[in-house]
Amino acid sequence: MTVAAPAGRAGRRLGRPLVDGWSLATAVVAALVGVPVVVVLASLAVPAGPVWRHLAATVLPEYVADSLVLMAGVGGASLVIGVATAWLVTLCVFPGRRLFEWALLLPFAVPAYVVAFTYGGLFDYPGPVQTALRDAFGWGHGDYWFPEVRSLGGAVFILSMVLYPYVYLMARASFLEQSVCVIEVARTLGRGPWASFVSVALPLARPAIAGGVALAVMETLSDYGTVQQLGVPTFTTGIFRTWFGLGDITAATQLAAVLMLFILAVVVAERVSRGGARFHHTSRRYRALPRYRLTGWRAAGAVAICTVPISFGFLLPGGQLVVWTLGPGFSAIDRDFAALAATSVALAAGGAALCVALALVIAYGVRLNPRRLTRAAARLAGLGYAVPGAVVAVGVLVPLGWLDGRLDALARALLGVSTGLLLSGTLVALMFAYAVRFLVVAHNGVEASLARITPAMDGAARTLGLGAGATLARVHVPVIAGSLLTAALLVFVDVMKELPATLVLRPFGVNTLAVRAFELASDEQLAAAAPAALAIVAAGLVPVILLTRSIACSRPGHARD
Amino acid sequence: MTEPALVLEKVSHAYDGVRAVAEVSLAMAPGELVSLLGPSGCGKTTLLRLAAGLEPVQEGRVAIAGREVARPGVSVPPEGRGVGLVFQDYALFPHLRVIDNVAFGLHRLPAAARRARAMAMLGRVGLAALSERYPHALSGGEQQRVALARALAPRPALLLLDEPFSGLDIRLRDRVRDETLAILQASGTATLIVTHDPEEAMYMAERIVVMRAGRLMQDDTPLGLYSRPANAFIARFLSRVNCLHATVRDGTVESPFGCFAADGIDDGVRVDVLIRPEGLRLGGADGAAARVLAVHPLGHSTIVVLRLEATGAELRARIAGARAPAPGCRVGLVVDPAQAFVFPCTGPVASG
Repeated sequence: MTVAAPAGRAGRRLGRPLVDGWSLATAVVAALVGVPVVVVLASLAVPAGPVWRHLAATVLPEYVADSLVLMAGVGGASLVIGVATAWLVTLCVFPGRRLFEWALLLPFAVPAYVVAFTYGGLFDYPGPVQTALRDAFGWGHGDYWFPEVRSLGGAVFILSMVLYPYVYLMARASFLEQSVCVIEVARTLGRGPWASFVSVALPLARPAIAGGVALAVMETLSDYGTVQQLGVPTFTTGIFRTWFGLGDITAATQLAAVLMLFILAVVVAERVSRGGARFHHTSRRYRALPRYRLTGWRAAGAVAICTVPISFGFLLPGGQLVVWTLGPGFSAIDRDFAALAATSVALAAGGAALCVALALVIAYGVRLNPRRLTRAAARLAGLGYAVPGAVVAVGVLVPLGWLDGRLDALARALLGVSTGLLLSGTLVALMFAYAVRFLVVAHNGVEASLARITPAMDGAARTLGLGAGATLARVHVPVIAGSLLTAALLVFVDVMKELPATLVLRPFGVNTLAVRAFELASDEQLAAAAPAALAIVAAGLVPVILLTRSIACSRPGHARD
Repeated sequence: MTEPALVLEKVSHAYDGVRAVAEVSLAMAPGELVSLLGPSGCGKTTLLRLAAGLEPVQEGRVAIAGREVARPGVSVPPEGRGVGLVFQDYALFPHLRVIDNVAFGLHRLPAAARRARAMAMLGRVGLAALSERYPHALSGGEQQRVALARALAPRPALLLLDEPFSGLDIRLRDRVRDETLAILQASGTATLIVTHDPEEAMYMAERIVVMRAGRLMQDDTPLGLYSRPANAFIARFLSRVNCLHATVRDGTVESPFGCFAADGIDDGVRVDVLIRPEGLRLGGADGAAARVLAVHPLGHSTIVVLRLEATGAELRARIAGARAPAPGCRVGLVVDPAQAFVFPCTGPVASG
């Protein structure tokens, strides 16, 4: 036996390069997805123009004030509704509890702008509710007070009714995750059921609840459709008005940057509020949490508390859409509708496929090379979801427009022809925006399912002679096919519902269900908008069903509760 | 002489600055069966991953079947090394049937040849009848054999087994060990078995390499390791030992059992005298006086717990059979010098 082996030349040829292809791909994807955010934030460095000074002097204080009221109102309301309903359905027993358990998620299916225009139809002066009141009491115009839907308060109410499920979902999951042991310990230490909930379960759930509230507040800041419908001036509507009304894209980008700062503040606030509070479960014993049986007026109260948000967030708007769709304008489901649906489905499918593919590249890149750099790249790619669609639209169009100009100049110089808008006026821009916005939706699912494949699986495939790419194709993808499909489905539905970025970036002549519904509703053709809106709500039910199934199985040893 | 199956030359590796493997050199002849033994966290699995190419080598070099596959900055990826690896949890592909798992590494062969070779491998491990099953429908022992067949199917120059029996319950383990040994010997593949179980290491291999804290401590035959442990750690790691404290005087150590040679240890150095339980014999009239405290019959042997009257030290003796004195008896104790080892005192030694 000799220790010296012949110096191999093969080693040098097969040497692993310093930067391998997968790490590079991860970095490139992350950088591309980060471009819009960087472009928007960089606009703050551009000296303010006259339009900006005009904005700052006139409408900016209003945008800031409205946004703050929306954040506080929606954050507070969804906190109360979400935690109360989650506590009721996880820790109490009352009639209809199992139904409410999943029904409380239904408002997730309805985009806020759809709720806004159905409420407009229902509660405005000529709407059925006020008409019925006038008929019943013989009131005339101005004889009575009725809450105004088209107001800041209306926006807070509507957004709260569709965004509380974020808090509900997180709080519920957290209550379910908690080991019964810690609660039982609190009981044996002399705390009553209510006291042990307040002193143990609620503090343990606090990080999750804060996360849910932060999501609801970020969605509020991102919203464009609702505040536009209700005529509430905020940053998102301001961006559009400045861009298309005043024609100043620099000022619009700067507005978008200020909005981004608000979003970042929410992200930071959530992190800070969490502080060091990342609780690890100290006990692995799981049993059904003790539930408190509610009877009499308590049970009735619980039913009422759960029914209100479901009614306002789902039943009322959904029912109104059905009535409109089946009403006199039934012919609205026609060839035009079919074409819209086909476009929506095609765009959503394209966006879903793109996001899942990119998510797979990033997640696998990190798995192969879990260095700080690739991890940071993956996190950067995850930022997009926090970026409002209106901001993404600006952030995508500015760099692509610049690139188009360069390409055009290059083509004219070299070939003598003008290429026009190769990127910014085409599907490229739209798909780019979807990737920026929804990559993280796919990434979360892909990453979680990849993590469930043991690293030994990679090692086994590699030592059996497969390269990294072949291993991904022959081992990982088949094993996680179901999760990939779920991730694709979630992105698909998000793209179907997406409004502001699609509104701005769609190529000429391309129309989707969401855009059409929004445009018709803006023209007060509410009944005509109903079929398209109903189709979006139907698509939105898919992730609700998926969520319902996954939280039913989320508790260890609790497959069917 | 043909090329060695595996050569590691001063291989070192650190995770985030923490040394996991330090300057390990090792060579394996073709067809040789070597156990890599050490407590958990000693770096033995890292060494295995370095050999397989699952970690890049930071220092030193690796050659497999005479071909250099790794040195700093250069690393042939695992798919280019021709090594078979059986993981602790077997890592069978859950989406593939048994036959497709075994055929997985044969992707360069045409379909018919691939299937034939996979079936032949399954036949050799005695699982031909289960070829259409999915991994989850197999018992632990069957999964282990499928993993072995899968690793051996591409005829690797070197087979690496990472704690291959630790996932099995004790009853099954002995049987699977014998089966695996037979398959390995029949295949004639050079095999490195990582284990933390000294008995398993001694049972499986003709040569054992002991690692501790990333360093190679001893490279010997099973008997050599048992009878000539290189240090106190290895003596303690192989079996439970009795320990007497003493000081070297004139090149020897005095004890109630007489003198032991302390070769190469300076006078005045504090030492531990380690005596294996099976090295203590009960009953010589001229032996050291001890009182029996407890008796634990194990059937094939009996553990006798004693207190040495001279020092008050508590000792364990393992005697053959079931005949033992009753608790309370006074007995004479004699030590078999071949089973007693003298090492400089290193303070409290962490047990494996």
